[in-house]
Amino acid sequence: MNAGAWRIARFVAPLVVALFVLGAWQLWVTLEKIPPYLVPSPLLVARTLYADRTLLLQSLGITLGVALEALALATIVGAGAALLFVQSRWIEASLFPYAVLLQVTPIVSIAPLIIIWVRDIHVALVLCAAVVAIFPIISNTTLGLRSVDPGLLDLFRLSRATRLQTLWRLRVPSALPYFLAGMRIASGLALIGAVVAEFVAGTGGRAAGLAYQILLAGIQLDIPRLFAALVLIALAGVALFALTAWLSRLALSRWHESELPREG
Amino acid sequence: MPAPPIVELHGVSRTYDGGVRALAPLDLVVREREFLTLVGPSGCGKSTLLRLIAGLLLPTTGEIRRWGENDPHAQPRRIGFVFQAPTLMPWANVARNVRLPLDLAHMPHAEAKAHVAEALELVGLADAKARLPRELSGGMQMRASIARALVVRPSLLLMDEPFGALDEFTRQRLDGELLALWSSQRFTVTFVTHSIHEAVFLSTRIVVMAAHPGRIVDACDIDEPYPRDESFRVSQAFAQYAARVSASVAAAGTAAPASTEAVR
Repeated sequence: MNAGAWRIARFVAPLVVALFVLGAWQLWVTLEKIPPYLVPSPLLVARTLYADRTLLLQSLGITLGVALEALALATIVGAGAALLFVQSRWIEASLFPYAVLLQVTPIVSIAPLIIIWVRDIHVALVLCAAVVAIFPIISNTTLGLRSVDPGLLDLFRLSRATRLQTLWRLRVPSALPYFLAGMRIASGLALIGAVVAEFVAGTGGRAAGLAYQILLAGIQLDIPRLFAALVLIALAGVALFALTAWLSRLALSRWHESELPREG
Repeated sequence: MPAPPIVELHGVSRTYDGGVRALAPLDLVVREREFLTLVGPSGCGKSTLLRLIAGLLLPTTGEIRRWGENDPHAQPRRIGFVFQAPTLMPWANVARNVRLPLDLAHMPHAEAKAHVAEALELVGLADAKARLPRELSGGMQMRASIARALVVRPSLLLMDEPFGALDEFTRQRLDGELLALWSSQRFTVTFVTHSIHEAVFLSTRIVVMAAHPGRIVDACDIDEPYPRDESFRVSQAFAQYAARVSASVAAAGTAAPASTEAVR
């Protein structure tokens, strides 16, 4: 198969799977007469999505905004922490356990505290989501900053390179693939964090995100709208992943094995 | 009258953390303009010896003088180092890789550019300067690595099995090119190899080393005129020198492989 045909097939194949699954679902719901408050048909979900588009898209914007801001915050703070960690074994040994502690403590248990302490609910949500997303960035970037070709390290030493030169010209570029892989994982986690934080905060009204729409639809037994919100959350996750994958390709496609086109 | 010494090792030994003795105390003098080759089996400490000369390792005992200085951090003349692997930065093109030692020394851009062009010209890579390492063959990557060592215009070029990973044909061609550079550029070479044939072809002097612990067991001058070409490889004298060096490797109690090419 040539490269052009493959590019098309890569998008068509999952679409065929989706059409098949949705068709089977529609057929099953129709033939078995499943009530929509248990399992709505795909067509009904699509109709609800369209009918409630103003409300749902506004909520999507809010949730996506929280996730994106959290991802940005986690990226900046996480990369900064990793740069700090590799300055000395002592700093890493002293601080890394706390990064792990942050990671293993479930966000649902910290979120109420953050929401109480931080007056602005939007900032509180971003903080919660960033706490969830930050760990893979810290750990991947730290690993990357340490995974340097020992020969190149010798060369820098022979050339009397300063610490800063070694960091900037050698460690940072070497860490880039690891950092971007961490960001990809973090993109999904940021969305999960945003949704969980919204659930805990239960913010309604103009600040209502998709999680609140799901919560509300569940209480009102408006299952089609619940499904419609779910679809949007999934799409938001895909969009975030695609964004980080695109960033990764942009930065690495010229030289790193992970992004090189494969022969044959 | 012998040429002036540029590196002198007196009673130098090296013991690694954990008590493994890589080198027993030894004396060695590297003289100006010589092509000195350290040859011996794996584990004989030849790479360790080269790293000690470079100042990448400090001796456990003994003293190393470079150009009469015994401070390991003083570097009155420049040392170039070529590693076993090309150790190029995969994200930077050939010209930027070669320019690295000059960038680290903050050489002005225009001046550095001229130096890089000259070094690339010397190794025959002038046309490949914009290419990335992954786009080059193994032999071309090694040439780029040599250009990076030559760009600082070294007085002493240290080479640690530079052609060991290349195929036989490429290695012989690069051996010839290296000799031409050595003749025209007037630097001193200390070369490490496990190939007796390569050592005889290149060197003015061969130092034979043995393992457990690493030590010098023999030295042998190769009194053959330069330029040396393919006819030297098939000459009677070449065979005699190779036999002589093989015998002293064998006599050191370590089984030397019959074909020095196959071992890696």
